[in-house]
Amino acid sequence: MVRLDEIQKRLLREVADLHDIPEGAYNIRSNSASAGRKSTEHIQITPREDVSGLEIRIAPGTRNESVHIPVVMTQTGLKEVVYNDFYIGEDADVTIVAGCGIDNCGPKDSQHDGIHRFYVGRGARVRYVEKHYGSGDGSGKRILNPVTEVYMEENSIAEMEMVQIKGVDDTDRKTVAELKSGARLTVRERLMTHGAQRALSAYLVTLNGEGASADIVSRSVARDTSFQKFDARILGNGPCHGHTECDSIIMDQGRILAVPGLEANHVDAALVHEAAIGKIAGDQLIKLMTLGLTEAEAEEQIINGFLK
Amino acid sequence: MMLELSNITFQVTEEGHDRDIIHDLSFSIPQGELVVITGPNGGGKSTLARLIAGIEKPVSGRILFRGEDITEKSITDRARMGIGFAFQQPVRFKGLQVLDLIRIAAGKALKPIDACDYLSQVGLCARDYINREVNSSLSGGELKRIEIAMLLARAPQLAVFDEPEAGIDLWSFQNLIEVFQKMRREIQDSSILIISHQERILEIADRIVVLSGGIIQKEGPRDEILPDLIGTPSAVTMCSRMP
Repeated sequence: MVRLDEIQKRLLREVADLHDIPEGAYNIRSNSASAGRKSTEHIQITPREDVSGLEIRIAPGTRNESVHIPVVMTQTGLKEVVYNDFYIGEDADVTIVAGCGIDNCGPKDSQHDGIHRFYVGRGARVRYVEKHYGSGDGSGKRILNPVTEVYMEENSIAEMEMVQIKGVDDTDRKTVAELKSGARLTVRERLMTHGAQRALSAYLVTLNGEGASADIVSRSVARDTSFQKFDARILGNGPCHGHTECDSIIMDQGRILAVPGLEANHVDAALVHEAAIGKIAGDQLIKLMTLGLTEAEAEEQIINGFLK
Repeated sequence: MMLELSNITFQVTEEGHDRDIIHDLSFSIPQGELVVITGPNGGGKSTLARLIAGIEKPVSGRILFRGEDITEKSITDRARMGIGFAFQQPVRFKGLQVLDLIRIAAGKALKPIDACDYLSQVGLCARDYINREVNSSLSGGELKRIEIAMLLARAPQLAVFDEPEAGIDLWSFQNLIEVFQKMRREIQDSSILIISHQERILEIADRIVVLSGGIIQKEGPRDEILPDLIGTPSAVTMCSRMP
């Protein structure tokens, strides 16, 4: 077990709410090396031999267990691509907490590209939480390019929460999902960009089976001169339900581009896209100011609530 | 005096011409009294409430709050000095919960149970509402009652309610009258200003002001003013508003 310094511990708290070694199965990756790993009776974590990354196998029927696989980086100039594959057995019910924190105090860019593939077995349910966080005042950028692929068998459920609130300079996120009959995918993405940050998030969700459903909701705030692009594409190839929503607040000179993409290839495919982008409503600010908040405090409350 | 308005004029510019919405208006709200402003729609009532809260600024005239000139003070300053304002059209907030707003209003981290008390007073089953998001899933009537609960939590020196009955159904209206009756009983050294043309609300006023065309038509103790208003649009009953 490698000892973690204070910065690494702080990053762990930010991305995984971890104050200590987690319960259950875990792997902590610190500056491209494993700082600790534990498998359990039902959850096997093994390093991959072909590429950098892990293979995580969750036995069928595993209930109420969790896997933590946080990543922290504090070394400037580090660039890595990590491939983690998750095999979630039939009828398992588990929580997976991922996340990456980068502290870059140096002049070189630090980059972590996490490629996560999920094979969700029939009737299984997985909750996936992924938080991204950056800190450090070096001139080097903090870059995260996550790819998430989800392959869902019949009647499986995946609930994904992806959060990036602070400090990541550049993100190019891709999420791909394929759903069989009765499978249900929900995604809640929360994003805030500031400074000159840039964040792209693209989804391609294919609903193949009868009764498959996807609900993708992004709430985001773009401040300063930052830019975001939300590109949500759903293909309905059978009797299915798909919903995408982009709900955004722009401030300062922030810019957001929302691109809807619905493709219905079956007469019983019901697909909906909603998008709303705008600044904070003046009457919201006024209301909170009549309750004694300053304009800046009112803005903070509105944004905190919006991204909660 | 709790509040003194002297020679207040407020204008808007329409098609290049200035038009007075409030014209050279003066009146006062004594400490410990409930004052109701009535009058026809478009008479300047809501504008007057917004001028008191600091949301609009007059082109001329002075506003004194407990003797201090607040004409140039911001919305935030006035709120902190003790002026509370319940909007006619409550605002929705995506993400913020009812408990968040009541805590902001109270200015402290109220326990959920204490926040519930304010919701119960306005006839909302608190347990069902405390964690609700203040978004479009709430009806106009629910929002309106939450708006009033926020002012109860804030307990300002001067509470201003702009048409509290608007958007509220008949059943809830009975409850609302009870809320104002209770506030009137517990008024002590604070004051209440309600903008309304509901007869039931006028009946609990200490003083009534009739505002029309941006000027005060009549002003005085309830018993002097109310009898002449009954049956006019300035004193309607809840049912008369039903289609």
